[in-house]
Amino acid sequence: MIFKEDTICAIATAMIDAGIGIIRISGENALSFASKIYIDTKGEHSLLNFKTHTIHYGFICDLDENKIDEVMVSVMKAPKTYTREDVVEINSHGGRVVMETILNLLIKIGCRLAEPGEFTKRAFLNGRIDLTRAEAVMDLIHAQNEFSMKNSEIQLSGELFNKIDSIRKEIIYELAFIESAIDDPENYDLDGYNERLTKKNESWLSKIQKLIDSSNEGMIRKDGINTVIIGKPNAGKSSLLNKLAGKERAIVTDIEGTTRDIIEENIRLDDIILHVIDTAGIRDTDDVIEKIGVEKAVDSAKSADLILYIIDSTDSDFSHDERINNIIKENHVIVLLNKNDISDSINVTEEDIHKKYGNDIPVIKTSMVDETGMDDLKKIIGDMFFDGSILPKEEMYITNLRQREALINSEQSLEKVRESLNAFMSEDFLSIDLMNAYSYLGEIIGQEVDDDLVEEIFSKFCMGK
Amino acid sequence: MIADNVDVVVIGGGHAGCEAGLAAARLGLKTIIFTLSSDNIAFMPCNPHIGGSSKGHLVREIDALGGEMGKNIDKTFLQSKMLNKSKGPAIHSLRAQADKLAYSKEMKKVLENQENLYIKQSEICELIWEELDKDKDVFLCNEGYEKKITGVKTVTGLIYNCKSVILCTGTYLKSRCLCGEAITYTGPNGLQPSNMLSDSLIKAGIELRRFKTGTPARMDGNSIDYSKMEVQYGDSPVIPFSFDTNPADVQKEQHNCYLTYTNEKTHEIIRNNIDRSPMYSGVIEGIGPRYCPSIEDKVIKFPDKIRHQVFIEPEGTHTNEMYVDGMSSSMPEDVQLQMYRSVPGLENCIIVKNAYAIEYDCLVSGQLYPTLEIKKIRGLFSAGQFNGSSGYEEAAAQGLYASINACMQILNKPYLSIDRSEGYIGVLVDDLVTKDNLEPYRMMTSRAEYRLLLRQDNADIRLRKKGYECGLISKEKYDALLIKEDQIEKEIERLKSVKVGAAAPIQKFMDEHNSPRLKTAVSLSELICRPELDYYSLSEIDPDRPDLPADVIDQVEINIKYEGYIERQQRQVDKFRKMEKKKIPADINYDDVLSLRLEARHYLKKFKPVNVGQASRISGVNPADISVLLVYLENYNRNN
Repeated sequence: MIFKEDTICAIATAMIDAGIGIIRISGENALSFASKIYIDTKGEHSLLNFKTHTIHYGFICDLDENKIDEVMVSVMKAPKTYTREDVVEINSHGGRVVMETILNLLIKIGCRLAEPGEFTKRAFLNGRIDLTRAEAVMDLIHAQNEFSMKNSEIQLSGELFNKIDSIRKEIIYELAFIESAIDDPENYDLDGYNERLTKKNESWLSKIQKLIDSSNEGMIRKDGINTVIIGKPNAGKSSLLNKLAGKERAIVTDIEGTTRDIIEENIRLDDIILHVIDTAGIRDTDDVIEKIGVEKAVDSAKSADLILYIIDSTDSDFSHDERINNIIKENHVIVLLNKNDISDSINVTEEDIHKKYGNDIPVIKTSMVDETGMDDLKKIIGDMFFDGSILPKEEMYITNLRQREALINSEQSLEKVRESLNAFMSEDFLSIDLMNAYSYLGEIIGQEVDDDLVEEIFSKFCMGK
Repeated sequence: MIADNVDVVVIGGGHAGCEAGLAAARLGLKTIIFTLSSDNIAFMPCNPHIGGSSKGHLVREIDALGGEMGKNIDKTFLQSKMLNKSKGPAIHSLRAQADKLAYSKEMKKVLENQENLYIKQSEICELIWEELDKDKDVFLCNEGYEKKITGVKTVTGLIYNCKSVILCTGTYLKSRCLCGEAITYTGPNGLQPSNMLSDSLIKAGIELRRFKTGTPARMDGNSIDYSKMEVQYGDSPVIPFSFDTNPADVQKEQHNCYLTYTNEKTHEIIRNNIDRSPMYSGVIEGIGPRYCPSIEDKVIKFPDKIRHQVFIEPEGTHTNEMYVDGMSSSMPEDVQLQMYRSVPGLENCIIVKNAYAIEYDCLVSGQLYPTLEIKKIRGLFSAGQFNGSSGYEEAAAQGLYASINACMQILNKPYLSIDRSEGYIGVLVDDLVTKDNLEPYRMMTSRAEYRLLLRQDNADIRLRKKGYECGLISKEKYDALLIKEDQIEKEIERLKSVKVGAAAPIQKFMDEHNSPRLKTAVSLSELICRPELDYYSLSEIDPDRPDLPADVIDQVEINIKYEGYIERQQRQVDKFRKMEKKKIPADINYDDVLSLRLEARHYLKKFKPVNVGQASRISGVNPADISVLLVYLENYNRNN
């Protein structure tokens, strides 16, 4: 996908909540795509006639002409542009959510989300920049490659992965059936198949539509470093969240098990955004509602990028929950020995932690009462971020956009299948768009198509002659 | 002793060898075909048909390029059918039952009467080559060659000097046949195998592997009770394979085929004896094809299927033998007899030739360039089952393609190149050279991603020009094609511009054809797009239409009816072509491409793709690697 020479778009400014952001579009359809969503003060759409290297005031509208944002649009025609292609830049003031909406619109009308470094790559391939820059691009592509390889699956919740995987399995089965019938028509019959596939297709469409909706609500999206606070009940988890957030977000009481559900908050530490999740204390309980909370806590800890494990250092019974031990073995963890202000009754020490989990694990003595250790915590998180041991947020963010793009593309492919079904086209026409949908869904879960179809044909259908 | 000096040596006289020999001779090069048996030229050791889904496309393409297979089957078929007629035009496929002996005789006659072509019955046991010298053969060495072919040696000690060799050894290299516990060291049908050439190939640095395939029993037709089977008739009228065959010449009385089924009893016999199958006892080392499974494979792998189809097909007019399609097997013959006799209609069958599996040496096909020349050895080309494919049509297509390229090399003309968007031959060749094929490769329409464009009906439009440029298609035939293309284009234009209004006679016509009435004037082409109407039915309201041949009308209709789909596919092709055009220099050093992943580097070195498109299809090379490669190539081009 990366090497198609089509029109690409991306948010060109940093992905933090700044006052202004730029969306850049480059490629032969840059002007016509932008024209579809741009409207000037007189209600005109076209950017095509504007002189090159000019900037214009107007609005971005969705396809139903609803205004989304007030913008300035720069028009730069080839060849004197960064990429040597037609370039349009949309200056938006609406913040991240609005910029994302604009980006989604562009994807819907045919733009493709740019790969990392793709603007620069195009600039190089079109003869615009020199080798030193190009080498940097190659490194960037390389880094992104490594990142997305290990990341596309980690980023998905098991539930989402399963949903997409099961749609894909159904699609490839139907494709294999169609192909078997084409290949061995005397053996496999396609009578009445239109009806059967219509039912299937509608069910895939509604599932994908739900996924797209939920992606807007943040089911797929994970802004920032996914940070999960775990610990036994009443160790101070909710206090930590409130301290980090600088406000009362979670209810803090002395009663164990107060937090029964998951509380989430985006918190900014200098340049880093943490998506912090406070969980119910992990312990064995008979309370049905608390039990669900504990399970959720364990689940969210499993998919975390960073775990803040908070221990009540006055706890006389420092025997660990096996579930907590498992989580700690498999994640980046910072241990917080809390309630350090109660210095006369310390029962758990740094040595205990290192003995239990090894010397590499960072341990900080904290107190939520006098804020001891909070600066150390911020510093350690910052170090982990900048040395790359926890994942940088911007790339995460891009991966999320990419997933949504793939969902939208697969939806559009299945809509084409629907059109062909309604027109009673023969099955060989359906398979083109079915295969496209299959391949787009594969992008989300990081799976290439390869010889899937041929494999499916041979494993599910017995070819005759 | 040096027996002769020729241009091209073809080793093998099967379907690949015949096309290879004919093409080279027709291009004016002195050519010799070596065969183990000159009485078995173009022999069909397995099924008695030519064509079928996607294979029919290949035959059409062979014909468009100037090959012989289509013409030969048109002369010798017993029954013909167009498969998938009720489905889209892209998957219509011709299949004909062949009279095996007639097919072989007719092909031999064509070879014998071809100027510049000689047939020699003799086993080739050695290739002769010279090592290239880095100082003297600078050009060839830069192209990546290490050796150059200079001739071949027969088992009787004769040496034939030549410029090119085309290996078309089929299933004969170190072959052995298995029927239960019985193993015979022969080629198919008891023919002599070729036991020495493999060693010479290995000595030349070529990597071989072992594949397996199988064939069912042939039965005495007099012992079969056809009344218990469904009769399968041929089509009427018959559509010929060759664009040059006059359709009137192929309308004749056809032979029937018959359909019966296996049953639970058959399956039980197989299950009870499965330990005696060499496939399951581990005696067979070769990898067999999954698309053409033996009956024991079908029964074991698909236990839920209560029956499997069995087609009884004639082997020819010279014999009563019938081919039992769908029941190939390597079971011991006593089990075969029980299992066949459990099938309705075969209760009293007499086996003339037992079913068997055959194992043979073949090439690890990633060693090929897209010209079907073996990398590193200048002048050594290969085709057919030796390349790890299966099927007569796949073999013939490669034989033709490899031979044209061998000739272009000798004649110092541009190679023939057919990409994935131009023909099934392109898909076949590309799959062979870019993939690690772990089983015999068979063509399938699902392998062709641009299949809407690669129809059997337009093979001439797609490929005749290439055939003409190579020199296999005459000026006269090419001019005829240009006229056809012009007629198609003009008629489409006319249908798009001629409008019909909502007048009463038109509305009446719509009512009669159960088509919605017109609200405003529409073009004739818009009406053709309606599923209930077609070109012919519109003649009533299109009085000014020109008189056009049926093949032109077919093209017009297909292009109008499926315009939207065809255009979309065409756009995909345009993108695909851009990558195919980006050449990778032969002397590229992938170690210099710094950001490539190790895996990608490994596979790029192994397959040595000639362009970026091909590189992108190698498994283990991902889009980011391609990006990195593109940036590297741009820089490389600037510096050179």
